[in-house]
Amino acid sequence: MSTTNTARSDLTVDAGATSLLRFATAGSVDDGKSTLVGRLLHDSKSVLADQLEAVEHASRNRGQEAPDLALLTDGLRAEREQGITIDVAYRYFATPRRRFILADTPGHVQYTRNMVTGASTAELAVVLVDARNGVVEQTRRHAAVAALLRVPHVVLAVNKMDLVDYQESVFAAIAEEFTAYAGSLGVPEITAIPISALAGDNVVTPSSTMDWYGGPTVLEHLETVPVVADPSDDPARFPVQYVIRPQTAEHPDYRGYAGQIASGVLRVGDAVTVLPSGRTSTVEGIDALGRSVDVAWAPQSVTLRLADDLDVSRGDLIAPTAAAPSVTQDVEATVCHVADRPLTVGQRVLLKHTTRTVKAIVKEIPSRLTLDDLSQHPAPGELAANDIGRIVVRTAAPLALDAYAESRRTGSFLLIDPADGTTLTAGMAGTAFAEATADTAPQGAADDEGWDF
Amino acid sequence: MTTVAALSEELDNPYALSHLDALESEAVHIFREVAGEFERPVILFSGGKDSIVMLHLALKAFAPAPVPFALLHVDTGHNFPEVLDYRDRAVARHGLRLHVASVQDFIDRGELRERPDGTRNPLQTVPLLDAIDKNRFDAVFGGGRRDEEKARAKERVFSLRDEFGGWDPRRQRPELWQLYNGRHSPGEHVRVFPLSNWTELDVWQYIAREKIELPAIYYAHEREVFARSGMWLAPGGWGGPKDDEKLEVRQVRYRTVGDMSCTGAVESDADTIEAVIAEIAASRLTERGATRADDKMSEAAMEDRKREGYF
Repeated sequence: MSTTNTARSDLTVDAGATSLLRFATAGSVDDGKSTLVGRLLHDSKSVLADQLEAVEHASRNRGQEAPDLALLTDGLRAEREQGITIDVAYRYFATPRRRFILADTPGHVQYTRNMVTGASTAELAVVLVDARNGVVEQTRRHAAVAALLRVPHVVLAVNKMDLVDYQESVFAAIAEEFTAYAGSLGVPEITAIPISALAGDNVVTPSSTMDWYGGPTVLEHLETVPVVADPSDDPARFPVQYVIRPQTAEHPDYRGYAGQIASGVLRVGDAVTVLPSGRTSTVEGIDALGRSVDVAWAPQSVTLRLADDLDVSRGDLIAPTAAAPSVTQDVEATVCHVADRPLTVGQRVLLKHTTRTVKAIVKEIPSRLTLDDLSQHPAPGELAANDIGRIVVRTAAPLALDAYAESRRTGSFLLIDPADGTTLTAGMAGTAFAEATADTAPQGAADDEGWDF
Repeated sequence: MTTVAALSEELDNPYALSHLDALESEAVHIFREVAGEFERPVILFSGGKDSIVMLHLALKAFAPAPVPFALLHVDTGHNFPEVLDYRDRAVARHGLRLHVASVQDFIDRGELRERPDGTRNPLQTVPLLDAIDKNRFDAVFGGGRRDEEKARAKERVFSLRDEFGGWDPRRQRPELWQLYNGRHSPGEHVRVFPLSNWTELDVWQYIAREKIELPAIYYAHEREVFARSGMWLAPGGWGGPKDDEKLEVRQVRYRTVGDMSCTGAVESDADTIEAVIAEIAASRLTERGATRADDKMSEAAMEDRKREGYF
């Protein structure tokens, strides 16, 4: 534990050297997820004395001897009364190397909806399995959600190694099976780690009983996994949020387009196209929250100034003229239905994509997907809560949409009930899994305007 | 070690962003989403550090234009004078519009009754909802952070409130990617929390980086205090020590700033921002655990107050 005893006191004013990692954990209580999360928080000194005291007190009131670390995150009255986790809980901890935001998703209630929510912003997902049970149906479901949401890094934590005598062969067989499965779904990077969350093996400190394992502990991996993919590999995407026009004596003519760069790199002098209008201009200036810069990249919030006086407003997308997305009114996507009432063919909805919200109609629901075995069920007619399926939507106005595989930020959208604003469905444009590109795309779809993958 | 190599590689990456840059960018994005989608937003401003950081972020988000929102202060009448003074200076310096919802006015009109324990924090909900209703505010920025408290940990960045201002944790909208859903019916409003993903330490590191001025009571100073329920309280217009409570001078500072009657000081000699950050990094207590009597009432005190429309 010596590596983390000093963790909090090492955090100083010089915060510039710390990066941020958002990750999600998936697994049920039986897999030891709460124990793993509890150990990460506890051993990184993120559970403070009064929180631990409150947990100990509540645990005693329920007749439990050891403090139940799940009570750290189960904050709602209904959760404590029923002893279950209802909602995604966000936890925060830090080591001298990194700040972490953990989306802890419950295993049993509204499972798919919660994990999809947690995974949507995660750069890494930890999937837990019990070493005694190996890869089970639920493990495959977790892998499928991580693959669907295009989480870049997946960690397979093979837990309870102490209960299988720390045997390398048990770990190796599970790791091989999982890696093959997740790899076939297109998960780009899988790291398997043998652990015992209860005993502390390979969670924060290296195991003394598994010297056959030479890889990182869970925390070491979390601290060092690269979070900055090179944004210069991606085409720049800039959804306009808001137009800044001071019209003051000091800034009579200032006109800036405020937004967060969704992907890629923008430079002063770049030739850009504004979508959906198709008008072109040049980036004249970039104001990065108080200072003028020559270059900015995702996910910075900046204000762009263009050389020409164009009609640009909220909902428009600014992109490099050389690599602008095409616009379309026909959206084909994989979705997770998140509302209690079903989504049906013919339903009128609102579609929110980046900063643009347009009317839309659900034209088709070609299939529903069973996550356990990835079997397709054609023409289900509707999607119920927690269903994953394919849908075809027609929008009232054109959208500058990327494939989700190319850009999580500009390939994702929500369907919203226009009557009461309920969030109905989370959508990912394009084909479902990475391996499925081209082969399973419906013939002809590639020829339609806007579908260029 | 491989970890060290990977770390320096990361910092050498020309496109690296520090965690403060990432949190700042996220918060600015949230402010701009609200500006783009709502008619009448308002920032809850108490003069505490979280609301001061919110205002700083809002100023940056819309520069060189002024902040397109007014401020709303729910005034318990038990304020620290240093904090009221800070509030008025901030309003004047940035040319802002300030609304004040006064708990005292409601008590004077007989619409609220003073509690036996003299604490006015729970009394803020009625004036707050009244101000939201009267001014037809549709988006209300709060400085709440998910690391503060367990019920807050499960609240959305965009948190829908019904026409009674109530929060139903089981009917929250799933919040995916950076797509915030602010749709609401007339009479409903949305509470927005741009600092959701910040921790206390992040807030202080950001204050240090941006050189943001705070009310002096956040730094160590000598003050007459008395002990009650394990906290150091300062006497004021709200009341003072009872017979068995002794007034004494201590070197203290405040980790949170709220109603004087239930906000405790901590003993501290941290009189600079660097010292405060070092103290927080080493602290074994959460800021609410250390300084807020109102959260000690029950296991679900915050959830219950939030359900009724509290911040």
